[in-house]
Amino acid sequence: MTYLTKPKLHHPTLQKNKVGYTRRDYEGKISTLCAGCGHDSISASIIQACWELDIQPHRVAKLSGIGCSSKTPDYFLGNSHGFNSVHGRMPSVLTGANLANRELIYLGVSGDGDSASIGIGQFAHIMRRGVNLTYILENNGVYGLTKGQFSATADAGSKSKRGVVNRDAPVDTVSLALQLGATYVARSFSGDKKQLVPLIKGAIAHQGAAFIDIVSPCVAFNNHEGSTKSYDYVREHNDSVNRLDFWPTRDAISIDYQAGAVIDVAQHDGSVLRLRKIHPEYDPLDRVKALNYIAEHQAKGELVTGLLYVHPDAEDLHAHLNTVDTPFNQLNARELCPGAAALAKINAALR
Amino acid sequence: MKPKRIESINDFVIKFANVNGSGSASANELFARSILRMGVPVSPRNIFPSNIQGLPTWYEVRVTEKGWLGRRGGVDLMVAMNPQTWNQDIAEIEPGGYLFYDSTRPLPQSKFRDDINVIGMPLTDICNATYDDSRQRQLFKNIIYVGALAALLDMDAGAIAELIGEQYKGKEKLLKPNLNAMQMGRDYALAHLKCPIGLRVQRADAVGKKIFMEGNSAAALGAVYGGATVCAWYPITPSSSVAEAFERYCKRLRVDPETGKNKFAIVQAEDELASIGMVTGAGWNGARAFTATSGPGISLMTEFIGLAYFAEIPVTVIDVQRGGPSTGMPTRTQQADILSTAYASHGDTKHVLLFPEDPKECFEFTAQALDLADRLQTPVFVMTDLDIGMNTRLCDPLEWDDAKQYDRGKVMSAEELQAGKDFGRYLDLDGDGIPYRTYPGTHPTRGAYFTRGTTKDRYARYSEAGPDYVDNMQRLLKKFETAKTLVPKPLLSAALHPARFGVIYFGSTSPAMAEALDALAAQGIYVNALRVRAFPFQDEIADFVAAHSKVFVIEQNRDAQLKTLLVNEAHINPASLISVLHYDGTPITARFIVKEIAAVTAALNVRPLKKDKAA
Repeated sequence: MTYLTKPKLHHPTLQKNKVGYTRRDYEGKISTLCAGCGHDSISASIIQACWELDIQPHRVAKLSGIGCSSKTPDYFLGNSHGFNSVHGRMPSVLTGANLANRELIYLGVSGDGDSASIGIGQFAHIMRRGVNLTYILENNGVYGLTKGQFSATADAGSKSKRGVVNRDAPVDTVSLALQLGATYVARSFSGDKKQLVPLIKGAIAHQGAAFIDIVSPCVAFNNHEGSTKSYDYVREHNDSVNRLDFWPTRDAISIDYQAGAVIDVAQHDGSVLRLRKIHPEYDPLDRVKALNYIAEHQAKGELVTGLLYVHPDAEDLHAHLNTVDTPFNQLNARELCPGAAALAKINAALR
Repeated sequence: MKPKRIESINDFVIKFANVNGSGSASANELFARSILRMGVPVSPRNIFPSNIQGLPTWYEVRVTEKGWLGRRGGVDLMVAMNPQTWNQDIAEIEPGGYLFYDSTRPLPQSKFRDDINVIGMPLTDICNATYDDSRQRQLFKNIIYVGALAALLDMDAGAIAELIGEQYKGKEKLLKPNLNAMQMGRDYALAHLKCPIGLRVQRADAVGKKIFMEGNSAAALGAVYGGATVCAWYPITPSSSVAEAFERYCKRLRVDPETGKNKFAIVQAEDELASIGMVTGAGWNGARAFTATSGPGISLMTEFIGLAYFAEIPVTVIDVQRGGPSTGMPTRTQQADILSTAYASHGDTKHVLLFPEDPKECFEFTAQALDLADRLQTPVFVMTDLDIGMNTRLCDPLEWDDAKQYDRGKVMSAEELQAGKDFGRYLDLDGDGIPYRTYPGTHPTRGAYFTRGTTKDRYARYSEAGPDYVDNMQRLLKKFETAKTLVPKPLLSAALHPARFGVIYFGSTSPAMAEALDALAAQGIYVNALRVRAFPFQDEIADFVAAHSKVFVIEQNRDAQLKTLLVNEAHINPASLISVLHYDGTPITARFIVKEIAAVTAALNVRPLKKDKAA
């Protein structure tokens, strides 16, 4: 099969952002996922976030692994380069790409099979290394493209559409990311655009490893009674710790300040995250407390959402490696080759 | 009866049997370098265990004024410093050869052989009398035996002193004691032992401008010169020193003097799956990237190698081959990854392989591989091995032409896209099978594409249509044909006389082959030799086979992998090829090649040309 083509006609009155693009300029091909798939809502939130951030679409690189989630980068940012790589290996490809050109914005899109099973090693190490990216995990607890097998994020006790009960303990990617050193960690729900869009914006602005676990129900294989990743289950058990607003660097900040309920977090690039705290005791700047909070609520069967942790002054891999500011892919022989004279010296030392 | 004595000047093999981790390595290398300083070529080889401390290790030095750098086989002088391996070490000495050992503790006569010359020196006693510290006793023992050998072999003590001086320049505290220990050993030997023995080193002028370098360092330097900015790797013997040398050279040569920032990034990945993934990502995004690995690493990388082949991404892999299969023989050499790299991955894949013969070609081919990977937009393998990679080898000095620019291949620029040039990621605009690519972020509305494996059409649009797939696969074949015109050509060494037989060889077999050709000619057996330097095979290779009645294919693996590839890809009749296979983990020797070829030619009733007639 080939694609359905999407009409490129834009209504002349469509609103443009500061870099002159309409929201539709951030769209991609028509999705081939099932109608009602949570993943398509996430794509819509990514489009909204990029448009609101005034990002030039072609300055984003979208990388993914294999699976339903990993197909989605074709369905947003059609003028960006995309790379549908190897199952579970998006993190390494993205790391290499990021090293080659530090000036682009990197979106890594993955699923729960891709990140928590086959790719759990690469997921762990990209968080450790602090690669500057936005890692979006579209988490439905199930293998969709191979038709309904459990994934490693499926909760123990959850029941598949065929009635099989999962007995294995689930991998909690949010806790894992926190332990491994991710510097921006959030969880959200595909159906909660109000929460999700600012979280994605904050993640893109974050200058380090940003991870968002997004529960995204699979309408075909995991949206029934007995599933803990269904629309109904998540809506009933969702416990949001905060509401996030995001301001890019250039916007003046003027918003009501309610002592004790709101905190501002200035990120390294100058952008500001404003957190309206729904749970007053929640402190997103304390990694250890965040881990405890998540665990305590998990034990009660509650799914904690929102911005769970941010380290506003995070350093990324390029800082660790002390690389030059010019992207590597723009360096030529004059800048990279030491030349014949240096080689003559090396030869002389080898005699 | 007194044993006979091997008499030889500048042509013998000395082997050091040591315990791993005892500090012998640097003393042994000092010995080898001293001979080089006297203008006599040497070819040293480490034979080491997969171990850090305690297991046996050997260092074999072939002293060869004629410059035969292959392993010779056999030992003329054994420096036996390891009681663990005593019996096997003694057994290895050629009749009439020499044994040098620590005679502090008396050994029963049954521990020796009648047909060798035994030289005992109480090394432990000497050390114990001179040094209080046990570490010093151990370390200086090594230098003391180097001093003794200098006397026994009639070496120039000045050359050794000069090298010690260079090594400890600015470290006076170390310089003096090392010089003293060397002198002490020499003085003792001159006073108490019969010096010199039948083996001697005489000053010569056979080294010239040659350099002494490990292949892995040379490959790393080739990556620096070739413009690699990203190195992602995972430690594996015998390739780890490639990445380590790359880091060392980069720190010297690739730090921006104004900002102090690095024009390189080295990532020690979590495994080979990640290292090749990073290289693939960097190549996709327009940086020159490479990894270094060995056979087991290649196995792990194959899924990505297939993706890079189909998605047409430049990737450079340095494969320092070791004994296989599986995780075996990590410290032994082989040429056994030929098929696993040539056809690496699932689906119909073929890859470009380069076969360097020595450190100089490790340097050149690694730099060239980075150009080829960009030009051909595909994985390129530099197929070196432990013998070249981890031994210090004498070779011609490295060369670089400052006028050379990197060949970044077909990359469409923002200007070209703006001007309306037709961009199809998998579209063959020039008829050579190589499409154009764009770097991510080039143009706001043109040139972006979605990278995938095979499911696509010429414009990189998703397509599962059979004709689109076939079209793409055929273009990839055309691209592979184009590769033939770009990779290093085979090199012919023609025999002095018309020859019915030919020989094909590659990589680290080179020095042993050169010596074998000389020895065969001395027996009146003349063969033409072709050194294959790359895959895909050029037509010259099939022509060479066609021009001979039989062609020997010399390989260091069990299954005749190059021969298989020749039959498969160059459509050569297998009946015209005779395999000569050496795969016990030690480097192939001229003796082995001569024996195999001479036996076959004799069986085929070839009457050797009379030497006088031939001359």
